[in-house]
Amino acid sequence: MQAFEYASPTSVKEAIGMLSSQWGEADILAGGTDLLALMKEYIHTPKRVINIKGIKELGGIAKTAAGLRIGATVTLDELTENAAVRTEYPSLHQAAMGVSSPQIRNMGTVGGDLCQRPRCWYFRGGHGILGQENGKSLAVDGENRYHAIFPKSQAYYVNASSLAPALIALGAKAKIAGPNGNREVPVEQLFVVPSNNSGRELSLAANEILTEIVVPSARGVKNATYEVRQKEALDWPLVTASVAIKMKGSSVASARVVLGHVGPTPVVATEAEQMLAGKSLTQDVATEAGKSAVNGAQPMSGNAYKVQLARVAVKRALLEAAKARG
Amino acid sequence: MPNYSWPPMSTRKAIGQRLSRHDGIEKSTGRAKYNSDLNKPGMLQSALLTSPYAHARVRSIDVSAAEKAPGVTAVRVIAPAGTELQWQSQEIAVVAAATEPQARDAVRLIKIDYEVLPHVVREEDISKVGNRAKPAGEQLTGDPDKAFKEADVVNEGHYGIPVLTHCCLESHGQVVQWNGDQVNYWPSTQNVSGIGGDLAKNIELPATAIKVHQDHIGGGFGSKFGSDRWGVEGAKLSKASGGRPVKTFLDRATELNIAGNRPSAYAKIKMGAKKDGTIIAWESTSWATGGMGGGAMPPIPYVITNIPNRRLNHSAVATNGGPLRAWRAPNHPQASFLTCAAVEDLAAKLGMDPIEVFVKNIEYAPEPRRESYIYQFKKAAELSEWSKRWHRRGDSGSGPVKRGLGVGICSWGGAGHASTCNAKINPDGSVDIELGSQDLGTGTRTIIAQVAAETLGLPVNAVKVKLGDNALPPSNGSGGSTTVGGVSSSTRIATVNALDKLFEKVAPSLNTTADKLEAVGGKIQVKGDPAKSLTWAAACRKLGTQSISEQGQNNPRNPLGLNTQGVAGVQIADVSVDVETGVVKMNRMVAVQDCGLVVNPKLAESQVAGACIMSICGALMEERVMDQQTGRVLNPDMEFYKLAGAADIGEIIVHMDLREELDKRGVIGLGEPPTVGGVAAIANAVANAIGVRVPIIPLTPDRVLRALEERRSA
Ligand SMILES: Cc1cc2nc3c(=O)[nH]c(=O)nc-3n(C[C@H](O)[C@H](O)[C@H](O)COP(=O)(O)OP(=O)(O)OC[C@H]3O[C@@H](n4cnc5c(N)ncnc54)[C@H](O)[C@@H]3O)c2cc1C
Ligand code: SF4
Repeated sequence: MQAFEYASPTSVKEAIGMLSSQWGEADILAGGTDLLALMKEYIHTPKRVINIKGIKELGGIAKTAAGLRIGATVTLDELTENAAVRTEYPSLHQAAMGVSSPQIRNMGTVGGDLCQRPRCWYFRGGHGILGQENGKSLAVDGENRYHAIFPKSQAYYVNASSLAPALIALGAKAKIAGPNGNREVPVEQLFVVPSNNSGRELSLAANEILTEIVVPSARGVKNATYEVRQKEALDWPLVTASVAIKMKGSSVASARVVLGHVGPTPVVATEAEQMLAGKSLTQDVATEAGKSAVNGAQPMSGNAYKVQLARVAVKRALLEAAKARG
Repeated sequence: MPNYSWPPMSTRKAIGQRLSRHDGIEKSTGRAKYNSDLNKPGMLQSALLTSPYAHARVRSIDVSAAEKAPGVTAVRVIAPAGTELQWQSQEIAVVAAATEPQARDAVRLIKIDYEVLPHVVREEDISKVGNRAKPAGEQLTGDPDKAFKEADVVNEGHYGIPVLTHCCLESHGQVVQWNGDQVNYWPSTQNVSGIGGDLAKNIELPATAIKVHQDHIGGGFGSKFGSDRWGVEGAKLSKASGGRPVKTFLDRATELNIAGNRPSAYAKIKMGAKKDGTIIAWESTSWATGGMGGGAMPPIPYVITNIPNRRLNHSAVATNGGPLRAWRAPNHPQASFLTCAAVEDLAAKLGMDPIEVFVKNIEYAPEPRRESYIYQFKKAAELSEWSKRWHRRGDSGSGPVKRGLGVGICSWGGAGHASTCNAKINPDGSVDIELGSQDLGTGTRTIIAQVAAETLGLPVNAVKVKLGDNALPPSNGSGGSTTVGGVSSSTRIATVNALDKLFEKVAPSLNTTADKLEAVGGKIQVKGDPAKSLTWAAACRKLGTQSISEQGQNNPRNPLGLNTQGVAGVQIADVSVDVETGVVKMNRMVAVQDCGLVVNPKLAESQVAGACIMSICGALMEERVMDQQTGRVLNPDMEFYKLAGAADIGEIIVHMDLREELDKRGVIGLGEPPTVGGVAAIANAVANAIGVRVPIIPLTPDRVLRALEERRSA
């Protein structure tokens, strides 16, 4: 790890002042479960590290008129322990529980989970965010069992956040603070595809901080997350699906279906969403929705199985949601 | 010669007790200090520069900037200009500095120019390895061509098991201090008595100049016997830094890349049998790698070795990966998987129960263990509810989750190694047992105390065991499951010798002769006459100021019936497979194992349970993933080099075969055999559940789904 300057500001404003407008100069430190690993591998070599855990306004979970407000430095453990999250947002609860080690849930934060960098082994091995050598993505002819089945332009890594699909399905917004004030975007819009091998996969500027997430009320919205995971302990899901369904009587009024770990950004399965409208949530309908969700998938040599996993994840998430009250 | 033989099973007091290991509390509370925890005054840290390429030549290397970097005390070049590097992470240079960050920063200042050379890092498809495959020559027995023609059923299959790494939680390394003509050496080793000599050879000092100490080791599994490049260089860095201690422990990636691996094994296997299940022919073409030396042929056909007609071809494939090291039962898990999978496939084709097929062919196994296998199959079947749960291939139940059972077998030697023990009986009644051996976490300290207590008629906690220092009487390294036989025998002999001396001392005061005395229940008494006795303490007081100090040796060529070799074991796995996702879950693992006289059944059971967990990891998760484009290992970490956690293991049922006729054979090693059959059992259980063979291990969702898909499209 390269030597760095360390700061622990107590306000968002102060923290923003310490950031740089250039990526690579300074890094925000929340729980550190991802950042420290990146620094040890010299993937990140910040000159300055800014701890935001001392900033009170970034913590806490509270019910507001706009919905549930979750501070960026709320830990995954706090999130899973929260009563409102457990009862009203089972999909979010399930997604957070899927970060499958108590140690990581104790340290890792909601902001950090959304802003964590991809786990692609070519990126982590020092080949850049697009995992390229001589302008070519190594995943294409290489080992791509965990890579994208919905690649975008030259990006074959998968977005690693388990919370993102659930938050997107629930229609959550992200609040962002920067030198020119605050802005708010749908969580979906946090994620972009970098145009080059040293680019970034978040729409945040280098001197912006994700301050909070607001999840609109999910009363009456059936929601669930289904993860396909190879093992229970300390592992990433292979594919996840988060769904949020508004019902009208016994049929679907509108549906949100979002896939995780299948593309460089969470993938909104629009076709499945449209297909579900007006249907009741039967086994057959859920199976159909699973199939629609993977239309257009472009698997590579070693990850075609993820297409099947995505189908099943959507089906099972829908059937799980159908069981829920609301 | 005194009578050293083990007391009969029925009269034993300390041996056979289900005691918890002596260092359990110390370890689970973190009080136990491993050598990687050491922090000596003035200690320097070191960091290695290793090859980023799988194959390259060092054109030039310039360490001048590193030498001038802050905190640096010494830099050594391991691979000078001209050196051909044959695998990623091969050592190139090493730096000692006041702190670890300083050492790492300095390493990054070393300028090196590589000529990158072509590499081969993958071997599962042998048609793609070119001239890297070296055929070993055909082994022919009987007339396989004729036998295949006579067979009623012939089955052909291909199977593979990849390279694994040892993944020791305490990585390889040491603290070492070379001061004047003495070296203090604190390695992480399976070889306390021998490793000093190995280091001495490499730094041209007499072996007696090296003082080795280690209380605990965080895993070795066969990979920690030598002083290694980093040990030798550590010593030289210490000398070059004015004799300050230098610490080197490999980081995780280097540990997984170069500190040893278990070679792969791939094979195409054809078997022929008669309708009644009698196997008459075997043909295999196999290949394996464990680095540039390739990989040897696993001992196939495993256990049922003497199939009358066999043709075996094997190629060792040289790949640019870190070199292999012994891994808990070298080549046996591979052999067991290849053989048991092929037998299971054959049984499915015959429409027979695979256990029936094994039993039918058991005369192909070495004579002395046949009966054990038959007994163990029965016992394991009973514990796994085989007759109720086993079914023909393919769980016909509805729903996506299919359940299946599968069986695997093991064999091993496990004779005791050369070991010397010193037993001291002190005037204050205390007892010290000293051996230059090591406790790998297997409970060696505890079983030594039990053996000594048994001989001396004392409670186990009255015995103090000292291990882990090469100043103590030498024992061999702990490999090949040889430790328990070696140290229990040497301890038995030493304590019998010491007790005889004590008998001589106290006989006059009991008006008798030494040969009439016995030690039982904390007393020395006239045999069968408790009225004529002295308490242990009173007896020891008769020693005056002189302790008794007696040695005992296990001589592997003549172990006096105290230890022997040759064990059998059977494992049955019970799994559930989700055929929509390919995810395999363990329900249960049953292991039935013999190992002769069992000194401590609880510790034996936990050895076996640990071995089952290793098998579950190996069957379902572990795999070193190589990238042919970059030549690199893609998962040298604990994230994508996957290991099981508690929730992934399911229930483990261990049954130690403690029957008296086995007990009479003496002590036999246990570390390795139970790691052998598990992968085979799990792979067969998956085939039984889903109705199709998943040929390549580990049984990950992608492979399970692919096998199902291929069957669908067939
Ligand atoms: C073995 C393992 C398994 C895991 N499994 C899962 C899983 O299944 N699903 C999953 O989702 N995650 C998983 N994780 C990842 C884990 O959830 C993240 O590491 C954690 O959530 C990151 O949070 P943190 O607070 O520690 O972030 P940090 O490490 O502190 O930061 C991560 C990144 O986000 C940036 N950042 C942090 N907070 C902010 C902010 N408020 N504004 C702007 N930028 C910010 C940092 O600069 C840094 O680049 C796993 C991790 C490990 C090691
Ligand atoms: S093993 Fe446990 S203590 Fe060590 S890093 Fe992992 S979670 Fe932390």
